[in-house]
Amino acid sequence: MAVRGAPATREELARALKEAADAREPVRFVGGGTKRHWGTSPAEPARELPTAGLDRILEHNAGDLTAVVEAGVPLARAQAAFAEEGQMLALDPPDDGATLGGVVATSDSGPLRGRYGGVRDLVVGIRVALSDGTLAKSGGKVIKNVAGYDLSKLFAGSLGTLGAIVELSVRLHPLPPASATAIGHSADPAELGQALLALLRAPLEHSGFDVRWSAGRGALLVRFAGAAPGPQAELAERLLREAGLETEIANADEDLWAEQRGRQRADRRDDAVVRVSGLPTRLPALLGAADRLGASLVGRAGLGLSWLRLSEPSTAQIEELRRELHPSPCVVLDRPASLDVDPWGPVDPAARALMQRVKDHFDPAGACAPGVFAGGL
Amino acid sequence: MDGRLRPGLAERLEAVVGRDHLITHERQLATYASDGLLQYAVMPGLVALPGSAEEVTAVVRACHEAEVPWVARGAGSGLSGGATPVEDGVLIGLSRLRRILEVDLDNGRVLVEPGVTNIAVSQAVAPTHFYPPDPSSQIVCTIGGNVAENSGGAHCFKYGFTTNYVTGLELVLSDGSEVTLGGPELDHPGYDLLGAFVGSEGTLGVATRIWLRVIPKPEAVRTLVAFFGSTVQAGEVVSEIVSGGIVPGAIEMMDNLSIRAAEGATGAGYPMDAGAALVVELDGSEAECETRFEQVVTICEDAGADAVRVARDEVERELIWRTRKAAFAAMGRIAPNYYVQDSVIPRTRLAEVLARIEELAAEYELHVANVFHAGDGNLHPLVCYDGKQPGEAERAEELAGLIVKTCVDAGGSITGEHGVGVDKKRYMPEMFGEPDLSAFQRLRCAFDPDQRANPGKVMPTPRLCGEVPGPYRQHPLEQAGLAERF
Repeated sequence: MAVRGAPATREELARALKEAADAREPVRFVGGGTKRHWGTSPAEPARELPTAGLDRILEHNAGDLTAVVEAGVPLARAQAAFAEEGQMLALDPPDDGATLGGVVATSDSGPLRGRYGGVRDLVVGIRVALSDGTLAKSGGKVIKNVAGYDLSKLFAGSLGTLGAIVELSVRLHPLPPASATAIGHSADPAELGQALLALLRAPLEHSGFDVRWSAGRGALLVRFAGAAPGPQAELAERLLREAGLETEIANADEDLWAEQRGRQRADRRDDAVVRVSGLPTRLPALLGAADRLGASLVGRAGLGLSWLRLSEPSTAQIEELRRELHPSPCVVLDRPASLDVDPWGPVDPAARALMQRVKDHFDPAGACAPGVFAGGL
Repeated sequence: MDGRLRPGLAERLEAVVGRDHLITHERQLATYASDGLLQYAVMPGLVALPGSAEEVTAVVRACHEAEVPWVARGAGSGLSGGATPVEDGVLIGLSRLRRILEVDLDNGRVLVEPGVTNIAVSQAVAPTHFYPPDPSSQIVCTIGGNVAENSGGAHCFKYGFTTNYVTGLELVLSDGSEVTLGGPELDHPGYDLLGAFVGSEGTLGVATRIWLRVIPKPEAVRTLVAFFGSTVQAGEVVSEIVSGGIVPGAIEMMDNLSIRAAEGATGAGYPMDAGAALVVELDGSEAECETRFEQVVTICEDAGADAVRVARDEVERELIWRTRKAAFAAMGRIAPNYYVQDSVIPRTRLAEVLARIEELAAEYELHVANVFHAGDGNLHPLVCYDGKQPGEAERAEELAGLIVKTCVDAGGSITGEHGVGVDKKRYMPEMFGEPDLSAFQRLRCAFDPDQRANPGKVMPTPRLCGEVPGPYRQHPLEQAGLAERF
C-alpha cells in the first residue's frame, strides 16, 4: 500500500525523522491511525510520519513459530498470513485497521492476553529508528534470548515518544482447533467477585477470562480453547453455578468475544474509555464505582485490567474515579476533545525522573511526539 | 586491602551493616571471588551483607559518594560470570534479604526480598499454586539473581521466563536513589522500565523488593521419555509435536554422551547406546493432556522410537527429571572439565547445527555433549576437556567460540538464559552492531551515568556515558543488500 510521502524503507524513515529533528520539528509516527487521539494532546501540531510504506512480512518461520514483520503491516493482514499455517500472533486488540507497529507502540491487547500475555510478552525482537538517524535493534528472532538489554519492552506502549518502531520479531502460537465458553450471569458485584476468586483458584487453563458489566448486571466469561475444551468449560460452569451465578455454555463463542473486544472502545465520540489497572479482589469495588458513574465495563477479570466506558464524562468524574480506585492506575484512552484531563494520571516522581532521562538519551532532540506521554514526557 | 578502597568507606559500611556483616579479610573475601563460573575470579575490596532494603540503599549510597563500583550478588550460582566482583570494588551480598513479605493467592501475587530462593516461592504458594520459571539451580538460586538474568528453565517454552512473571520492583539506582516500578497491578502508566530492568544483569541497579505473579497448578501432568537412534531423529519428532499444535510444558533432549553421564549418576535404566533421549511433559487440563499425550506417543512411535517410557506415577516422573537435571553435574564422569554454553537456534535448524558441532568437535579432537531445551532451541553444548593436558583448555575455548558463532549464523542467540556476563560479552558483536550496542548504552546511561553498577559486564568494550552517539553509518555490504544484521 503506497501512501504519498510515506517512507518506503526503514532507512528512508530514519532519514525523514532525523531531518525533522534537525529542523526542530516535532514528529508523530502514524500506523493505521486508529488510536492517534490517545495520550496527552500535544501543545503544538506535529508532522506526521507514516509507517504505511513499511508493509512487508519479512519472514514467517512456521516451523519455529516466529515471524519478522515490518511495523506498517496491518495486524489483520499478518494474522491472515499466519493463519494459513494454522498459527496466530496471540494479540487481539479491537481495531480492524491497526498496524502491528501501532499495536506495539500503544501496547494494546484483547482477551487473548489472559492466556498468552500482552505485547511485552510476545515481541522477541525490535528494530527502531531514533531521532539522530540511528537504526538500532535489540533481541533477535528466537523465542528465548537474554543477550543485551530488552528494548522491545521499553518501546512497547511508549506511544512513539522514544523513536519509531520499524520492524518487529514476534512469537507465534498454534491456532486452537476448538473452543467453548462458560458464562455466569449475576446482578450482584460481590457475587461476581466471589465467583472470580473461586475460578482463579481452580486448576483451569483458560484462553480468556473476562468480565462485563452494564446497568447493574454483568457476567463472567471463561473461554477454553484446544483439542478438548469441553470438560474444562463444564468444570468452570459448575464452579460458576456453585458461586450462585446463572450459567450457560456457548460453543459458538466468536461473537461473544468480538463483543468483549469491541467494548474496549468508545462507540460514540462523546464517550470516554478509562483503562483501570486493578486486581481481581478489587472487582466488586470497581463494579460499584461503575454503577455510581453510570459506566459500563469490560475487563480481563483474571488480570485485573478493565476498560470503563463513560458517556458524557466530566473532569470531576475522572478525578472521582481515580480517588475511589486508588491505588489502581486509571488511564484515559478514548475521550472527547472537550474533556480537560491528564489522561495518564499521576506518575511517581522518582520513576518520572528516570523516565525523563531515558527519553533524553533515546530522543536527545526531543522530536518524537513531545508531551504526549505520561508525566508530560 | 588497606589503601585499595577509598578511605573511610569500610568504616561507613560497617556503620550500616554492622561488623559481623562486613567482610574484609582476604581469606573470607576469596569465597566471593567467583560465581558459578569458576574460571573468572576477582578479589573484591569488601563484601557487605546488608540485612534490609534500607541497608542496601545506604550501602549503594556510600559507594556512590566514595565513587567506588559495586556488584550485587544473590546465591552466586550464575553461569556467565555476571556476579564476578570488580577488583577493589564492593560486593553486595543479598543472601540475608530472604523474607517472603506477602502471599496473596487471590490475586496470584507474592512480594519477596531478592535473596529468597526460587524454590521457596513455589513452596510458599503450594499446594495450589506454583511459580513457573524453574532454572535447574532453583534450590539455591535467588529471585534477585533470576530478575537480573531473566532466568528461564525447562518449563519456559510453555510458561515463559522471569520477565513474564515480575509485575513490580523496588530498586536502588547507583546514585543511591530509590525507585518503584510497577506494583502488584499490570500496566502502570509510563515506560515499561520494569521490562527493561529484568535481564539487565545487575547493570541498571539493584532490586530490593520484587512482586511476582504465581499461577494455579495444572490439573494434570503427563511425562514420558522416548529413545531414538540419533539427535536428528529426535529433533524431527520435536518439530512434529510442535507443528501439530501441541505446546508441551517441557520438551528436553539429551544426546548419547549426556545419557551415559546421567545414567551413571542416577541408574535410571536408560539404554547406554541410545543416540538421543527425549523428555516430553504435557500439563494442563486432564482432557487436553490425555488427548495430546496420545498424539505425542503416536508421533514418537511412528518416528521409530526404540522405546517410549511413560511415567506411571510421581516417583517415575521425578526420576526422569532427576536424570535430565543430573546431566550437567554428571559430566565429570566423562571429562575432568567442561565449558557450558547457552546458545539458542531456531529449532528447525537443529539437525544442521548439531551436524556442524559434531564436525567441529572431530576437528578439535574434543567431545561435545548436548543437553538442551528442545522446544525453544536453547542448546547447552558442553565442551569436554582435560585442563591438565597442555593446550586443551585453549582448544576447548576456541571450539566453544566456534559453536556460538555457528548458532548465531543460524539466526540464533549467544545466550538463552545464562546471560552475557563477562563470559559471553566478547560474542556480543556477533549479534549486535555498533548502533545496537550504542542504543543499549543509552539505557545504561539513563539508569547509571557513572557506570558503577556491575561495570565490565554485558557490553563487549567499555564505553562512556555523556558521549552524544553519532548517527549510525551503514556498512557498504548492508547498503548493497549483501549483509543483514538482524
